[in-house]
Amino acid sequence: MCDTEERHDPNQSRWSHLRNILGRRGMFNQEDFIPDESILDCMLNDLKILVIGAGGLGCELLKDLTLSGLLNIHVIDMDTIDLSNLNRQFLFRQSDIGKPKAEVAAAFINQRVPGANVKPHFTKIQEKDDDFYRDFHIVVCGVDSILARRWINGMLLSLLEYDSDGKLDQSSVRILVDGGTEGFKGNVRVITPGMSACLECTLDLYPPQVNYPMCTIAHTPRQPEHCVEYIKMFLWEKEDPFGGLPIDGDNTQHIEWIFNSAQARAREYGIQGVTYRLTQGVIKRIIPAVASTNAVIAAACVNEVFKCATQCYTPMNNYMVFNDVNGVYSYTFAAERNSRCLVCSQQPRTLNFTTDAQLRQLIDHLQQDPTLQMKNPSLTTMIGGKNKTLYMTNIPSIEQATRPNLSKTLQDLGLEDGCEVVCADITNPSAMRFILHFTNIIITRKRKLEAGEEIIESRKRVLLLSETL
Amino acid sequence: MPNEKEKKYDRQLRLWGNHGQQALEDSQICLLNATATGTEIMKNLVLPGIGGFTIVDNDVVSMQDVGNNFFLTEDFIGSTKAQAATKLLKELNPDVKGVAAEESLATLLEKDPEYLCKFSIVIACDVEEDTLLSLSNKLWEKNIPLMVCISYGAIGYMRLVFKEMCVVETHPDNYFEDFRLLNPFPELCEYLKTIDIDALDSKGHSHVPYLVLLHKYLEEWKEQNGGEPPKVYKEKKKFAAFLMSKRRKNDKGACLDEENFEEAYKSVNTALVDVAVPRDVKEILEHENCTNLNSDSKPFWVLCQALKRFVDEHQTLPLSGSLPDMFSDSASYIKLQNVYQNKAKQDMICLMDNVSKVYADLGCIYDNGRMSEAEIKRFCRNSRLLKVVRTKSLEVEYRQTAPSDDVTQSFHDNTSDILWYVALRAAQKFRKEQRRFPGIETLEGDLKPLKDCSEKLVGSWGVPQVQLAALDDRLHEICRYGGAELHAIASFLGGVAAQEAIKLLTHQYVPVVDALIYDGIKPSTTAFRV
Repeated sequence: MCDTEERHDPNQSRWSHLRNILGRRGMFNQEDFIPDESILDCMLNDLKILVIGAGGLGCELLKDLTLSGLLNIHVIDMDTIDLSNLNRQFLFRQSDIGKPKAEVAAAFINQRVPGANVKPHFTKIQEKDDDFYRDFHIVVCGVDSILARRWINGMLLSLLEYDSDGKLDQSSVRILVDGGTEGFKGNVRVITPGMSACLECTLDLYPPQVNYPMCTIAHTPRQPEHCVEYIKMFLWEKEDPFGGLPIDGDNTQHIEWIFNSAQARAREYGIQGVTYRLTQGVIKRIIPAVASTNAVIAAACVNEVFKCATQCYTPMNNYMVFNDVNGVYSYTFAAERNSRCLVCSQQPRTLNFTTDAQLRQLIDHLQQDPTLQMKNPSLTTMIGGKNKTLYMTNIPSIEQATRPNLSKTLQDLGLEDGCEVVCADITNPSAMRFILHFTNIIITRKRKLEAGEEIIESRKRVLLLSETL
Repeated sequence: MPNEKEKKYDRQLRLWGNHGQQALEDSQICLLNATATGTEIMKNLVLPGIGGFTIVDNDVVSMQDVGNNFFLTEDFIGSTKAQAATKLLKELNPDVKGVAAEESLATLLEKDPEYLCKFSIVIACDVEEDTLLSLSNKLWEKNIPLMVCISYGAIGYMRLVFKEMCVVETHPDNYFEDFRLLNPFPELCEYLKTIDIDALDSKGHSHVPYLVLLHKYLEEWKEQNGGEPPKVYKEKKKFAAFLMSKRRKNDKGACLDEENFEEAYKSVNTALVDVAVPRDVKEILEHENCTNLNSDSKPFWVLCQALKRFVDEHQTLPLSGSLPDMFSDSASYIKLQNVYQNKAKQDMICLMDNVSKVYADLGCIYDNGRMSEAEIKRFCRNSRLLKVVRTKSLEVEYRQTAPSDDVTQSFHDNTSDILWYVALRAAQKFRKEQRRFPGIETLEGDLKPLKDCSEKLVGSWGVPQVQLAALDDRLHEICRYGGAELHAIASFLGGVAAQEAIKLLTHQYVPVVDALIYDGIKPSTTAFRV
């Protein structure tokens, strides 16, 4: 934030609309809402908002925030502008194609709204550290990736501070307002880290992406999509049409090659319907999008930010869905906190496996369980007081070295019942803790009493554990 | 290969197709008053590429106006709002033509009472009650949809006014395919006869499409049950069990995990439904617009009569021909799909034939100028999903001595969003009498006259003059707003209203009937009849 910027006068007549809303108490205001000039003053000059994404939702968010008196904004987006964005991302023009979204969006808003102070960051969210995120009061997320959402959710939760009594320090709570759209559907949620349900609490509301079964693609295609997927999964590698290059969904030559090949395969099986548009849609996993839905959802997000910033009305509790396919439908409900939430419950989750389960099975579980949905987890643990890497995915040399562990059993790897396994994954900036529980052993406890040793056995169990445990 | 325009509009073409896009590009929209709500609606129409627009707003841009409106800026202080908004909106899409009307609405209508009749849709934001009623009557007469959109503080209101909207492509989120299980057509029966399930090897058996399984075992069931298919839930459950018993077994006698049988089992309840002609469609075919045609009748109604003749002859609607994906080998699925698609083609030809006959009976010739083959195809494929909706006219709404049930019932529900509608109607009355927004100077001073307006309105509806605290609270809140427009609320409504306009222009997706309240406080949206 620039030190030399002016302080904005809340008495300016451009803000008269806001003063009407904030100037007098009404019958629907929150109990503790006290109309005062300082509210608008704070919004204009002191509150710092972070917007994640400068695309379909992001452009709308920047407009809505600044025209609601929230002038101090940072916006992060790692993308550049594409022609297909122009039907809804209204801060961009034909001549902006190829430029960074965050920079063009910020420049437009700063020019259009006097006093707006939008600072762009053409970067990945993961490239910013704690201190960056700590600087903001409210974070608004308008991204098209569940991964990004989860990461921000994890980051804000990691910034929470507790006092010596274990009580949450309210000033470390940064509200997260998250919006998402798909065609004519959308949703908005208000997350108060440490207090309300967080994003991970309701992770199963985002079911894992459905992929077509391999055998269908390889042997029994029936739909045009199956034909395109075949080219993507098998033929591209086999025929290598562009000298070792991977598929680039934005390269029209690549799409054309895939389109023609998919058509040939479709002809072979008598399948109709392979079009260029369909091909592109499958390869790029295109989600249809229009200006109107983005406008609705972004506005609903900013409406909540406004409530949080001014305290004039009670913010939404806490999840709204919207759909205007048939008439207009919306529904608000209170998503509940998950007491076993991996991210916000502060309790390590238990993983139940047998001693002879392979490490690979444990990793599969972390990826496939709908409440976990990890992407590429790396695992470490403590054995005999020393840190041990079980499997690491992000450093190629260590990945190679630890790859043999995948087919080893948990017992062979030296893991014990009740030991802690620490997991790192791109879905969360912080590591996640799990407790491993072996389901197939007798619980024997060696208790060294002052008098001597005692072994407690449960005779109801079937297998006997060896004395090494 | 897509051209530049198709690339730009790619993401929305996937929602309404090239034909929907063409309908947008053929349209001309008129905006009355460049309020924050109005310009937001226009933004969401210019971006997807309407043909053109005209903004009528002779008010001069002031400093107060630029704080909540993205399309009015300080540079334009002194110019008219129409000029400012038109220029800044045009920048969003060079394909769209935009014009700022040079005069006020009153002057324009005085010079040319038919001024608004050249537009596809008229959007009225903050138009005074008498003017609104008068132009509404004109537009109703000419069958031009009118949209009334306003936002006050945390509340948004949208009212759609049109005589009739005929929607062929409703794109429902869920619907059940037409499998003809209960009344299979001859070609399907012939095809099914060629399949001997028991003779298939284990691979073939587990790859029989579930639809074939349903047909085959339904036949067997009928033979064993006096020719009757399962009708009630208990019978369907038995049939499902019967079906599952037909799975191949392993050497130990346990049933194999055949995925196609799983799919068949899951679909039993929904697939065994006789859906000859849905009630909505029946009503459409019996409507006088369908039975009493003339040479000016909309193509939709001509198609409906052609459809009616089809139904009278075949006792069923044309087959849509589409099948969901099902676990199967390629050849079996494609063969089955072809049987359905060929029948659908046959039905389509029959329908097209009927269309020619209907036009002939009307004394006109059917040609591509009246209705394209593509249009008939779409109608045919969607015949089970047709929807016709009608709204109340503004004239009736404002003159009626009793409102809809929705409005009447709201007086018994403290939390009803529809009470905002009552409050806004009262505020509109106040504006008509006092020539300003309630609460603009003083809240206390304006509250009493606003409540009087409300009492008069509610009284005219014959609602007993019971003290309704919930309504009073809302009147107080409206007064508190003093006509202020919050940008976020205006933008929300802008998105909702623009999409409704797109529905009306493309004739796809079902529009709201008649009105919608957006309460940004809760937040909630409520669609209701006025």
